Amino acid sequence: MIFDYQMIWENLPLYWGGVLVTVKILLISLAVGLSLALPLALMRVSKSPWVNFPAWLYTYVIRGTPMLVQLFLIYYGLAQFEFIRDSFMWPYFSSATFCACLAFAINTSAYTAEILAGSLKATPPGEIEAAKAMGMSRSKLYRRILLPSALRRALPQYSNEVIMMLHTTSLASIVTLIDITGAARTVSSQYYMPFEAFITAGLFYLALTFILVRLFKLAERRWLAYMAPRKG
Amino acid sequence: MTIQENPNMYKLEVQDLHKRYGSHEVIKGVSMAAKAGDVISIIGSSGSGKSTFLRCLNLLEQPHAGKILLNNEELKLVPAKDGSLRAADAKQLQRMRSRLAMVFQHFNLWSHMSALENVMEAPVHVLGVSKAEARDKAEHYLAKVGVAHRKDAYPAHMSGGEQQRVAIARALAMEPEVMLFDEPTSALDPELVGEVLKVMQDLATEGRTMVVVTHEMGFAREVSNQLVFLHKGLVEERGCPKEVLANPQSERLQQFLSGSLK
Repeated sequence: MIFDYQMIWENLPLYWGGVLVTVKILLISLAVGLSLALPLALMRVSKSPWVNFPAWLYTYVIRGTPMLVQLFLIYYGLAQFEFIRDSFMWPYFSSATFCACLAFAINTSAYTAEILAGSLKATPPGEIEAAKAMGMSRSKLYRRILLPSALRRALPQYSNEVIMMLHTTSLASIVTLIDITGAARTVSSQYYMPFEAFITAGLFYLALTFILVRLFKLAERRWLAYMAPRKG
Repeated sequence: MTIQENPNMYKLEVQDLHKRYGSHEVIKGVSMAAKAGDVISIIGSSGSGKSTFLRCLNLLEQPHAGKILLNNEELKLVPAKDGSLRAADAKQLQRMRSRLAMVFQHFNLWSHMSALENVMEAPVHVLGVSKAEARDKAEHYLAKVGVAHRKDAYPAHMSGGEQQRVAIARALAMEPEVMLFDEPTSALDPELVGEVLKVMQDLATEGRTMVVVTHEMGFAREVSNQLVFLHKGLVEERGCPKEVLANPQSERLQQFLSGSLK
C-alpha cells in the first residue's frame, strides 16, 4: 500500500480548521457541562427525594440514551415544531454548532454529575464530623471541606470523561460541522482515499488526547499531592 | 431564656442526658458538671456509652432528653421527627460547637489540607480571624504540640501521633472553653501514645477544661481531677480518680479495673 502524503499535506489547512472546531466544541461543552454538573451532583447527594429524584431522572435518562440520538433530537427533532421555528430561539437551534455544543454539554453534565456525586459520597465521614464539631455551617461545610476534597478526588475519573468527550465530539461531523472528523470525511470523499483521510484524523485525536493526559497529570500533581506516596 | 443564678459557674453542665438507638437506650440519664480547669476522665468498657455521651455534648449524636449548658447558656433543643432532640437554633449550635473543640479517636484531619491549613481553617472560616493572625496562631500551637516541623505535610504523610497532635493544635486554635477528647490515643501504636498523652497533660496543667473519654488509666489517675465510670449507660461510680481507682466500691468497676490494669 502506498500512503499518499502529498494529498494529506495539501489538505492540512482543512484539518487545522477541524482541530479548532473540535477544541472549541469540546471547551464550550465541558465548561457548560461542568457548571451544570455541580448543582446536579449536590442534588444527587441530597437526602430529600424531592431534590434527589429530578437529578437522578436527568442523569439516568441522559446516560441511558446514545449521544447520537440526543444530538439528532436536538438538531433535527426540534426543528419539526413550529413554535420553535417561530421562537426567538430558532437562530440558535438552527445552528449546528449551537446544537452540538448543547447536546454535548447536556451529555457530559450527566456523566460528570454522577462522578462528582460519587466523589462527594466518598468523603470520609470523620472529616465531615470534624467540620461540624468546629461549628461550621452547612454551606461552609460544602464550600470549604466537601467540594474541595470531592473535586480533587474526582480528577482522575473526570480526566477520563474529558477524553471520552473529545472523542464524542467527532459526532459533530454528522450534523454538518467540519471538525477533525468532518475534515477527514471531506478529504475522504473528495479523493476516495479514506485510509489516509481517517488515519490523519486519528493522529490528530491522539495528539489532543496526549495533551489532555499531560494536563491532567499536572493537575493531579498539584491538587492530589496529598494522596501521593510520601516523598523523601 | 432566663439565666439561672449558679454559684459554681460551671463551664459545662450536662443534666440527665438520655440517648437511645431505636428502642435500645444507651445513655440512661447521665449528668456531669465541669468547672474551669476541671479535667474529667470518663472510663468504661466498650458499649458503656462513654463515646456516645461525649458526642451528644456537641450534638454529633442527638440525645433524646437532657440539658446541655455551656457557660450557663442552655443549648436550645426541640424534638425531631424521630423523637430525638435537635438544635432549635442552628446559629447557636454552631457558636457553642466552636467553643467546644473536639479531638477524635481517628484524628479526622481534613486530608486535602496541610497540617498548617488544618489548624488555620476553622479560626478563619468559623471565627472570622484574619489569615495572618490565624497563621501565627496555628504556628504557635503546632510548635506547642511539637509538630511545627511538619506544618506543610499532609495528614496521610504523618504518623498517627503527629496527626493526633495536629488535631489537638486544631482544637486549641479555636481557643475553646472546653476541650472534648474522644479516646484520643486508642487508634495509636503503643509507642506513640506517650507523645499525645504528654501534650494532653501539659494542657491540663495549663488549667484547660477537658472532658476525656479514655482507656488510659494512668492518665485518668494522674492528670484528671474527676473520674466518671460509666456502665450500661449509667454512672456506676464517680469521684476523685486516685480514690476511686485505688478503692473501687462497685463490683463493676472492680471487674473493669482488674481487666484493664496490667
